[in-house]
Amino acid sequence: MMECSVLVGGRAGDGITEAGMIIARLINKLGYCLYQYLDYPSLIRGGHNFAIVRAAETKIGAHRDGVDYLLALNQETIDLHRWRLREGSVVIYDSDEVKSPFEGGVGLPFKTIAEEAKAPRIARNVGIIGAFAGAAGIEEEIVEEVLRKEIPKSLEENLVIARRGRQGIEGRVGKQIERRSYPCCPVITGNELIGLGLLRGGLDAYVSYPMTPSSGILHFLAKVADEFSIKVVHPENEIAVILMAEGFAYAGKKAAVGTSGGGFCLMNEGMSLAGMAEIPLVVVVSQRPGPSTGVPTYTAQSDLHFVMNAGQGEFPHLVIAPGDAEESFRWSATIMALAWKYQIPAILLSDKTLSETAYSFDIEEAREVPEIRPVLWDGGGDYMRYAPSEDGISPLAFPPLTGQVVKANSYAHLESGITTEDPGDISSCQTKLLKKEEALRREVEELPSVGVYGDGGSTTALLCWGSNKGVCSEVGGGLGLRVVHPLILNPFPINRFREALQGVDETISVETNSTGQLGRLIRYHGFEADRSILKYDGRPFSVDDLEKRLKEALR
Amino acid sequence: MRPKDLKTKATNTWCIGCGNFAILNAIKPVLTELDEEGLVPIEKVVLVSGIGCHAKIADYINANSFYTIHGRTIPVATGIKLANPDLTVICFAGDGDIYAEGLDHLIFGAKRNVDITAIIHDNRVYGLTTGQYTPTSPSGFKGRSTPGGLEVPPLNPLELLSASGGTFIARGYSHGIDLLKEIFRSAILHRGFSFVDVLQVCATFFNLYDHYNQRVYPLEGHDPTDRVKAEEKMREWDYDSDGPIPLGVFYKKEEPSFGDNFGEQNPREIDIEDAIRKTLERYI
Repeated sequence: MMECSVLVGGRAGDGITEAGMIIARLINKLGYCLYQYLDYPSLIRGGHNFAIVRAAETKIGAHRDGVDYLLALNQETIDLHRWRLREGSVVIYDSDEVKSPFEGGVGLPFKTIAEEAKAPRIARNVGIIGAFAGAAGIEEEIVEEVLRKEIPKSLEENLVIARRGRQGIEGRVGKQIERRSYPCCPVITGNELIGLGLLRGGLDAYVSYPMTPSSGILHFLAKVADEFSIKVVHPENEIAVILMAEGFAYAGKKAAVGTSGGGFCLMNEGMSLAGMAEIPLVVVVSQRPGPSTGVPTYTAQSDLHFVMNAGQGEFPHLVIAPGDAEESFRWSATIMALAWKYQIPAILLSDKTLSETAYSFDIEEAREVPEIRPVLWDGGGDYMRYAPSEDGISPLAFPPLTGQVVKANSYAHLESGITTEDPGDISSCQTKLLKKEEALRREVEELPSVGVYGDGGSTTALLCWGSNKGVCSEVGGGLGLRVVHPLILNPFPINRFREALQGVDETISVETNSTGQLGRLIRYHGFEADRSILKYDGRPFSVDDLEKRLKEALR
Repeated sequence: MRPKDLKTKATNTWCIGCGNFAILNAIKPVLTELDEEGLVPIEKVVLVSGIGCHAKIADYINANSFYTIHGRTIPVATGIKLANPDLTVICFAGDGDIYAEGLDHLIFGAKRNVDITAIIHDNRVYGLTTGQYTPTSPSGFKGRSTPGGLEVPPLNPLELLSASGGTFIARGYSHGIDLLKEIFRSAILHRGFSFVDVLQVCATFFNLYDHYNQRVYPLEGHDPTDRVKAEEKMREWDYDSDGPIPLGVFYKKEEPSFGDNFGEQNPREIDIEDAIRKTLERYI
């Protein structure tokens, strides 16, 4: 299989994210599947930022350690990533910045080139992209086409810089990226796909307080708010966020909120309120390493049990963790429908890897969203907000209603929504919540809530969840293993999971946390992870990382 | 419709002599009148309460309501108003509720000038948790958490609201129902964030009826559009020292309201599949 990896690195403020995206779009135009890993520290200027763009002929969901091209805007990029080079790799660097020339590399004065073109310093990245395109055999017209689309200002200057970069490469060639006939897909981040999925699910309002790595959803939805006719609000804190969203839902509007672990801590009282008052709501939690501030711009899967148990009291918690681009879209739409059908707060659990990675996204694979509808009041008789029913679901209605009132309540309540402390009524109020959970449990078994990849006949299964789907499928599949990926984690689809493990005699869980949270979850349901491969350094597994760890485990 | 039509089947559990009755008995006729006059149809009213004795008012009025949690009326009310600008949203909050637990939301409610009304049942003590000090309790207050006497002075909520950008700032008292009704009516009709601090007496834990009766007086000849004068009047009593206590509307101003800048008040119909396809094209 033809594949290629390109690393571009520099300081924060050098436009590394943008450079990575432009490279991804260039290769995308040639008909490849893309995956862009972004690595940056929590600061605004300085530090070391890098992006690894990996392209392959089939769908991929992870990066590799080795690179074919190392594009260095400063010395540090060479020093830190030298180990990734292999035979035939090409190093291109800014000779104005790199003090000790890299032997065998191509040093070009990108800073001077940018100055001569009267472009800002950040345009160095376009110079290095031009040089890379030349070395990789990417036609100049494609470079120009992509730059015309991606560069918002000083376009002509940037085109000159790209051309000079290309000329500077002087026939030096690395791995050639040839054009393939493959449909060209959008290259888009998980956060943007979560936003699009929520819109597909009927989103009316998005309420959020900025917190990495969830902020991309807020930025995306704020940008497209007019186009999609939705309201986007950024209030004073996460407590206000979730309560404001509950106000929207009470008035009949589909609302979602987004945050990370720390912000979700503040939302716990709101979760419990939504549980008791039966307010439909989608809560996106994008995980990063904790405890506390932890490591803001890196990745982890350490909040599964936290979100599953958030909020005082007992009420249904729906937790869905998509694993890739298509699942981000489809399940963000589906979770909105489930939240409204069951009138519950529902959690879409992401992490930095899924949220901020850019993927090739195939809408054809994601388009099918199950038809799930809320139960609406038919207008007959007196409206009772919490009217009893077989499955615990009461018909929804919203003010204004002539001659009827809609009373929502955080206290234990009667059918009418009026507070109660009567023992019988308290039990009925709680039983109603449990009935909804039972109904939801049945529905979860009906949905495609567990994915199986790799060799379905293998007796050894890798167990993974969330963003580890991609790396596990690639590595596990390559080693002839079965890969089992539950998407809905609570209520846990026990039957589907059991089916997925039919014939398996050994299980290995792969997780980006230190205690094996999926292992702990399945043990509760009567399954066992025989071994676990855990990583908790804030970085996602690369294909090579996991391959090495797995081979050790299987030895 | 008559005020008694707003009664529910819930048993009222407030103490005898509780100031909350005055607020209940003032708001019901105001809502009735506004409905009769066609200014605010009752089905478009949503009451949002916090947690504390005050909050039971949601159970006692037969109107749309969201009985929320401690300190959080403002964000819930803001969401309801933004979701449907046709609704008239009225918050009932306690002093512990909104000046302690939910103070950030109150400040932001005023700062945003969102078009809702906040009525504060300010009895200057926690009633339902049986007698601790609140942010408006006077210094020296001997509560169950401060048996040696409260060491810190109270905050003056009116000044705080003025500093936060409030566009309707008023104070009422649970004795003198006509003035209270008048204030509630103009607060509900004001377009923007309306704030009414109601001195409401907790007959059980902090009975200030005699104290207030000797000191309150209605603002007369006061120009509520004059901010300097309004703030002078707000400072006349600081919730701590002895002195005359003015009642009425201190400040009132028309300003743009939060949510006005949303593209459309009533959402358009969107061909969602098509809009998604167009958005995705930008990522190729």
